[in-house]
Amino acid sequence: MAILIYTQNYDGKFKKSVFELVTYGVAVAKELGTKVTAVTTGKPDTEILKELGKYGAEKVISITNEELNDFSAQAYAYATEQVAKKINADLIIFGNNPYGRAIAPRLSVKLNAGLAAGVTALPSSVSPFTVKKRVFSGKAFADVVIKSETKIITLNQNSYKVEENPVDITIEEFSAEIPEGAYAVKPVEIVKSSGKMSVTDAEILVSGGRGLKGPENWGMIEEMAEILGAGTSCSRPVSDLDWRPHEEHVGQTGKVVAPNLYIAIGISGAIQHLAGVNGSKVMVVINTDPEAPFFEAADYGIIGDAFEVVPKLNEAFKKFKAEN
Amino acid sequence: MKALICIGHVPDTTSKIKFTDNDTKFDTTDIKYIIGPYEELALTRLLDLRDAGTDMHITTVTVGTQETEPTIRKALAMGADDAVRVNAEASDNLFIAKQIAEVFKNGDYDIIITGKESIDYNGGQLEGMIAEFLNLPSVSGASKFDIEGDKILLEQEIEGGTLKLEASFPFVVSAGKGFCPEPEPRIPNMRGIMTARKKPLQVVEPVAKEAVTEIIKYHLPEPKPACKMIDPDNVEELVRLLHEEAKVI
Repeated sequence: MAILIYTQNYDGKFKKSVFELVTYGVAVAKELGTKVTAVTTGKPDTEILKELGKYGAEKVISITNEELNDFSAQAYAYATEQVAKKINADLIIFGNNPYGRAIAPRLSVKLNAGLAAGVTALPSSVSPFTVKKRVFSGKAFADVVIKSETKIITLNQNSYKVEENPVDITIEEFSAEIPEGAYAVKPVEIVKSSGKMSVTDAEILVSGGRGLKGPENWGMIEEMAEILGAGTSCSRPVSDLDWRPHEEHVGQTGKVVAPNLYIAIGISGAIQHLAGVNGSKVMVVINTDPEAPFFEAADYGIIGDAFEVVPKLNEAFKKFKAEN
Repeated sequence: MKALICIGHVPDTTSKIKFTDNDTKFDTTDIKYIIGPYEELALTRLLDLRDAGTDMHITTVTVGTQETEPTIRKALAMGADDAVRVNAEASDNLFIAKQIAEVFKNGDYDIIITGKESIDYNGGQLEGMIAEFLNLPSVSGASKFDIEGDKILLEQEIEGGTLKLEASFPFVVSAGKGFCPEPEPRIPNMRGIMTARKKPLQVVEPVAKEAVTEIIKYHLPEPKPACKMIDPDNVEELVRLLHEEAKVI
């Protein structure tokens, strides 16, 4: 029995979502009476690797192959497979992010392991191994039984509370065998984005819709985001009209987000939009139309004109931040 | 070039989701089915490329029972050339991926395209699984897709930016937002619908592959308590509630 957690680092650093995976893995390990091993690539510094121990990982395997500095789903799947076999992993946990979505399906074929994607909670039973996952774009959940000996899950971000649980961590270096041909997709160039907070990482999102009437009115949205240390996002029509960049579009066909607080301004709350944000812990809606469907999904609502309400709210947030 | 595109048969995005048989089955009463939005995006892109002069034969593949045929016919009416249906209930992802890999092996296709994820089971696993069964390179959730001669030019959104990639055939890719830059919905006209009826739709039986996952029960989300309305002239109250009650600021 062993649990392997795939911990992706970005430029040698781990993000909070990785500590969430480790915390979750440790909780599952307790149920199964086993321990957690993390695996990562790119040789992060020892001090960085040790952070995983703060959340309860007893071991981290650092894959040293330099070719893995470039991402290839095929190469990463080979490397992860070798580590999984080395520690006899029977449960492998990924984040439900672009890396997990690229590697986990391949590993599932290699190990003939059932894969549950988009898991949102601890297993409701370990035998048979049953997890809850998001289905119908968040309009429902399903209990999935994974029947194979080796199991793989991808955990939705912000599904589990990060908790420290310090243990001594062993660091082990590992050199994987990557067959030729695993780099058939060639990276040409990376175009860096503006460096703003990504919508999937933000704990608070301030989101604007067509009710804001034009891109020139986003100043107050950005101001609110700055006061709250939040990210900004938008509805589909706004990104389709090019008022805001596509990476800000949240919804069924955009990014799926689950922040602690989602503030929707001038967004009516069409079912397709709600499908992308209904994992948020708390939702606030500000809209002129009392019939806007978003009021049925939200926790707090203000019926009013955004151009009057938002500046007042920004002042109130500013005052609150100054006092707290 | 021969493209194999996976077409999912999924409930319309506005569907109200209900379950039957003690919450073990999806209730299909009054459900209208559509082509999965990401697959429609991918098909639109292929048709745009073909219209712009890329020589391309487009075959659709669907794993599903006979009930999926109207959706398949719609893809043909949009402009796909022919279709393959693997006659099986689509449930376990490894099973579905194995079937599509078999269809690929039995034709001389150059590329397999799937949607980034299905909007019903939200697996997002197919392209990686199919590629692994066939030992082919793949890219998931491509946000741009172009063909230049024997090269495929792609973009993928990654942490902190956009990654530009280049690949060659044979290849597997899943389509994310942006795959088709300016998607004009291709609403089939009468002629398209009539021609689609005559286009070949081949039905094949599945190959054996044991299912390793099973959904045993569905749940609807917990009903939310009613939205607390706050007076627009008293926004301080919202700040207080977010801090003291919801504890999110």
